[in-house]
Order: sequence, then structure tokens, then C-alpha cells
Amino acid sequence: MPPSRPEASETAVAATGLSKHFGPVKAVDGISFRIRNGTTAGLLGGNGAGKTTTISMLLGLLLPTAGEISVFGEDMVRHRHRALPRMNFSSPYVDLPRRLTVAENLTVYGHLYGLSGVKARIREIADDLEITAFLKTPTGNLSAGQKTRVALAKSLLNEPDLLLLDEPTASLDPDTGDWVRGYLEAYQRRSGATILLASHNMAEVERLCGDVLMMRAGKIVDRGSPGDLIARYGRRTLEEVFLDIARRKEGPR
Amino acid sequence: MTGGRDLFSARRVWAMVLRHVFILRRSWPRLLELAYWPTMQMILWGFITTFFLSHSSWVAQAAGVLISAVLLWDVLFRSNLGISVSFIEEMWSRNLGQLFVSPLRPYEMVASLTLMSLIRTLISVLPAAFLALPFYDVWVFAMGPPLLAFFANLLILGWSVGLFISGLLLRFGLGVESLCWLGVFLLAPVSGVYYPIGSLPGWLQPVSWSLPSAYVFEGMRSVLFDGVFRLDLLAGALAFNALYLTLSIVFFLYMFRRARVYGLLLQQGE
Repeated sequence: MPPSRPEASETAVAATGLSKHFGPVKAVDGISFRIRNGTTAGLLGGNGAGKTTTISMLLGLLLPTAGEISVFGEDMVRHRHRALPRMNFSSPYVDLPRRLTVAENLTVYGHLYGLSGVKARIREIADDLEITAFLKTPTGNLSAGQKTRVALAKSLLNEPDLLLLDEPTASLDPDTGDWVRGYLEAYQRRSGATILLASHNMAEVERLCGDVLMMRAGKIVDRGSPGDLIARYGRRTLEEVFLDIARRKEGPR
Repeated sequence: MTGGRDLFSARRVWAMVLRHVFILRRSWPRLLELAYWPTMQMILWGFITTFFLSHSSWVAQAAGVLISAVLLWDVLFRSNLGISVSFIEEMWSRNLGQLFVSPLRPYEMVASLTLMSLIRTLISVLPAAFLALPFYDVWVFAMGPPLLAFFANLLILGWSVGLFISGLLLRFGLGVESLCWLGVFLLAPVSGVYYPIGSLPGWLQPVSWSLPSAYVFEGMRSVLFDGVFRLDLLAGALAFNALYLTLSIVFFLYMFRRARVYGLLLQQGE
């Protein structure tokens, strides 16, 4: 077997000159970045900065206007099905069928991901995420916090090597939000997975991410660890850095 | 975990069928609803047949012609609904984004929709077909193997219509959802369901003969009135079905790609 390429083994996600235009609107405008295997990276930016568009392109749900994306060395425009079994995704803006019970939804997705031992895996993840009590409840009858945990269960069913999360704790109370963040930290440590999350929640990004890509108007305007960014901008928190970037036209002072 | 590198996975198709079966098996109102309308149609046309038997020499030659026609029309109607309603349920539940970040391929979804269509059609039409015997002494299965050919051709035409409508739903969203229920009726006047194609205006007849349904209903009348199963009509139905099914699958896959261009897979829903 030929030795694996350094890029394939070290880089989980690579985007080069990635753009998405909707008519005259440049939702994403020629961004390039790499995310190392086994790290948690955050996409940070205001509304309309291009975070969800970027994640959609990484998932292959949206075709780029220009540029290239690869996940684990696979071209996501041409061969996304080679990478999809190793990925998963969760967002409060996509649902699971409401009339299906939690167990039924997880069963369907377990088969879609080709898991062996679907029932056992569902029991395991349900224990892990404390959703066993409502496995037989229709998904539409769950509270927001319960739904988030179920969505997380679905996104972790296949134990993904790359987990993409779009605002994973949006609309959750602080206690549930904290629980989800703790779970993600533990999962990342345990599995060595790569996590990319888009968020408006600065505290969340500061806690979870070792690498932050700051987006504004479809471009990556800065990048670094939360500590580096805070130091570079001479601020006390990532939120202050975010406000600096959101309100200024050029980069760091 | 198995990979998604395989070009076609029967297991993924089964997973998508399972998603709909889970709902059906738990909901008797849904099952009842599927069978309700074809049965009502059969009862209504049974009474009309009873009346015509003493007032129409044409119907009197084959007492089951109207009931057979209405049941076969329902095969087409239900087959179309089996595709388009199964698909629209994914849109209502905002599930398309989740589905297509899994290894599911669009043509596997097409395969699962056709299977669901077959299941829904059988649940819808079989009770009415069996009830026609005690109610009106009409046994549609007496047509024998030709009935299977008629059923298969109408089922396939329903798939084509359903996939075409699902493609439109993908591209234009729920604004066109009423097409799921109404779209197929565009075919009704020119399919010759209750009357021979020859009774249509001359300029309209070529339109009819470009539809597999016209061949099926003419073939049905040939079996019921003359006791002849016309292979030429079967060949016509099969040829046009092959054409339309291919076109509708290509159209659906093209619209799926357009949905990826416009970012519609994450935006669908109520």
C-alpha cells in the first residue's frame, strides 16, 4: 500500500479559493483555510458573514461557485460520498421527522450510515446522551433541549471523524448549553475527531476551539487561537475581538 | 460502519422505506385514509354502472368496465401520490438536509420512493378491488395476467408523474405542493379512462396516444369487451413508459443538482 499523503493524514478539511455567489451577492468570497485533524475549530462571524454557507459547501449540500474543498483528501464537489460516511452534522435549523419516535429516527439514520448493530449503538448513544427515557417518544413532542440532545445523538451515531455543527447550543438554556459543550469536549478528547462549529456564542467558541476563523462579509478576516486573537487585538474577551472585527473595515490594529 | 463508497446500497433504500413504514404501521387513520377514497370511488361508480346497465347498451356489454376503469385510474393516481407525498413529507419535516449529509444518494432516494409508491398503491387499491365482488359482483382479477400488465404500466406512469412533481418541489419549494394531488388529473381527460380514445376530437387523439395510460385503458376495454389482450397496445405503453420514466429520473436528478447550486436543501420546509 502506498504511504498516505501528508495532507490526507494531517489535514481534515482544506478549502482553496472557495466562493459562493447568489447573483450579485458574494456569500462566500474566495476563502482558503485548512483544519488539522483532531482539532476543534470555530467559524465566527455575524449574521450573513458566510458561516452556514461555508459549512453547507463543506457538507456538499451546496455547490461552490468557484474553488475547491476536500475532506480527508476527498474532493467534496465530485466525490463527497467517499467522505460522508466519516462525517456528520447537526444544526437547530434542520429537523428530524417529528412523527417518528426518537428510536425510529435513530434506526433510520443508523441504517443510512451502514452501522453494524444498530440497536446496540442506539442503546449506547442513548445512555451516553441521557435520552433513553424518551426513545419511544415522537421527536416532535420533545423540548428544545431534548431535541438538541437527540440531534447530537444522530450526529454521533456513526462516530464521525469530522463533526460539523451549526450553532449547536442555539436556543438552549445555559445549563443544557453547558452540558452539550461538555459532552462535545469529552467526545473530541475520546475520539480524536475533528470538530468545526459555527457559532455566535463567543464563550462557547473560547471554551471549545483551539483555532478560530473570523468571517465577515464572506471573507476570513482573521484567524488564530482565542488567546492569540484576544492578545493581538488588545482586548479582554473574544466577544470584544468579534465586535472590533464586525465594526471595522480593516484587520487588526 | 460501512462506507458510502458503494454506488448503490439496498440497505440505504430500505432505511428510507422504513422511515415511511414506521409512520404507516402506527397510524391506522393513515391506512384507512389510503383505502378510503378508492373504495368510495368504487362504490360510486358501482351505482353508476347499475344505472347504466339498464340505460346503456355499451356498458351492458361489459358490466365491469367502469369499475375496472376507476380502479385502474386509482392505481395511477395513488402511484403518483406514493412518490410525491412521500417526498413532500421530507420537506414538511425539514429532513432533506439531514438525509443528504448522510451517504444516501439521490437515486437511492428515487428507488425508495418507488418502493413506497408500490406499497401505498397496494394498500389503497386492493381493498376496493376485493370489495367490488360482494358489492357489485365485479371481480377485476378475472382479467387475469393482462391486469398485472395494466397495473404495472399505470404504476410506472405514476412514478414518472410523481418524480417530475418532486423535482418541481425541490426547485420551487412548497409553493407548488398542490401539484402532488392535482397534477395527475391533467392526464385524465386524454387517457380515455371511461371512454374510447376514438371519441375524443381528432386533434387531441395524438396527445392521448403519447400517453401510456391511453394504451392501458384501450387495452382494458379490449380485454373486457372482446376478450383480446392486445400486445401492440402493451408495447406502446411500455415504450412510452420507458421514455417518461427515464426523463423523469433525469429531471429529478437535475433538479437535485440545481437545489445544490441554489442552496435549497437546507432551506426547505414550512
